[in-house]
Amino acid sequence: MTYEESVQRLQAIVTELEGDRLPLAQALALFEEGVARLREATAALSEADTRVQQLVESIDGSLAVADQHR
Amino acid sequence: MSGTQGNWFDEPAPAAYPGESPETALAITTLTRAAKDVIEGAFTPLWVRGEISDFKSHRNGHWYFSLRDAEARVRCVMWRTDVQRAPTKPTDGMLVTALGQMTVYTTGGDLQLRVMRLGAEGDGLWRKALEETLTRLRNDGLLDEERKRPLPRLPKVVAVVTSPDGAALHDIRAVAERRCASVQLVLVPAKVQGEGTAEELVRAMALIERWGGADVVIIGRGGGAREDLWAFNDERVARAIAACSVPVISAVGHEVDTTVVDLVADVRAATPSAAAEAAVPDRDALLREVASLHGRLVSSTTRVVQRRRQLVSGIGGRFAAGARGLASLEQARLRAFGAAMATHARGALLRKHARVDRLAPALQAFPTAVLAPRQGALAALAGRLDALSPLATLGRGYAVARSLDGRAMASVQEFTPGQPFDVLLADGAVRATVTARRSGAPLDAVTALEGGASDDI
Repeated sequence: MTYEESVQRLQAIVTELEGDRLPLAQALALFEEGVARLREATAALSEADTRVQQLVESIDGSLAVADQHR
Repeated sequence: MSGTQGNWFDEPAPAAYPGESPETALAITTLTRAAKDVIEGAFTPLWVRGEISDFKSHRNGHWYFSLRDAEARVRCVMWRTDVQRAPTKPTDGMLVTALGQMTVYTTGGDLQLRVMRLGAEGDGLWRKALEETLTRLRNDGLLDEERKRPLPRLPKVVAVVTSPDGAALHDIRAVAERRCASVQLVLVPAKVQGEGTAEELVRAMALIERWGGADVVIIGRGGGAREDLWAFNDERVARAIAACSVPVISAVGHEVDTTVVDLVADVRAATPSAAAEAAVPDRDALLREVASLHGRLVSSTTRVVQRRRQLVSGIGGRFAAGARGLASLEQARLRAFGAAMATHARGALLRKHARVDRLAPALQAFPTAVLAPRQGALAALAGRLDALSPLATLGRGYAVARSLDGRAMASVQEFTPGQPFDVLLADGAVRATVTARRSGAPLDAVTALEGGASDDI
């Protein structure tokens, strides 16, 4: 799932839970899924140093991303 | 002294001035070369204004034409290397400005203006080229507003088409790093000015398309003179951008003019930095959004659980009904829920610590402020879950009756005389057999049973 999809699903889950019309089992299942989506969204925002890589075309025409050598 | 006399006056007579006499007549080549030297020495490159006539584009790539006004004309040549910097071919009758060096075409003996730049003063030549391109693009629908696509909110990979040596890449990197360091930048190097720029830009866009790994593309360069930016008005570049399957942000650093690339791109940014701001979201804003959803997820679930608990405690003495509701599956779910909460809270804490040494103090305060109340809520919720657990209830002296197949038995109607069943207590279980049953308020029913009255034995 992309960040957008995770957040969108999370929003839908929260909206449904906030409706407060759910049986407990369903609410808890939604909560578990919400936690999973939350984890995905947060992982997408994880810390990392901005890397600048370069798209390189090799002789056989295949494409790869390589670290810049400079 | 007399022996040396005469030497003072014995110097050879000065050579005759070339061309002074028939004997010293000049070759024509010498003459026109001399004229060329004199002319070129006398004129620095100058801007002139005139009308194009007799325009010819030679197949060797050079342009030959004349510039004229009402009373005079001068032959002009524009070498191939300079032609490449011109926006488009001029047509006869067009008024242009030209930067040229006055010289002599020695072979023909003609006065000649060697034109280095044409039409750079914002006159009709550029507009003509631009209008031709725009008309074709418009006819193909490539300038339609509906074609513009929204940018992804959090791209994983941003492809950057620019010069590896330019300031643009540096600026984009700096902004991306500040806003959301997890975004990966992939440079697709291309010339951004000079001969062959358009071809390299087109090739870079094609590489990105073939690669398929980019979520959004930035194409651009820092500001420059209009001739330097001209490749960004190239129709081929515009079409390559239109054909890109992911959104493209143009970032041609200039303030006054809009390039064709700007019109075709999904988003136009005034500078490479602005393009990076558009492409890369502010991580802290996204974190705030996720934190808010986190809070709502926890509080809404807590409310659902709380409501359930009120339902259970509302039943009061008829605890068995609540126990049935919470039996087996839901009980397991509640436990899993508590564990997920705890794991989640720990994960959030770890992330907070990972951030601490990287962020400015103001930002450090943010996750703490957001997470602290969250954790309080989690602890409270964990406590509530504990209170809800049937096992905790057993600790308070209650018991749960369960059928031999593990179903909680919550109603007198579920018991038939002679039927064995289990009684679950805080410290173990007892197997029992039904001898009598009585419905009604529990305390009244017990009294009735003591008196020997049962429902249907």
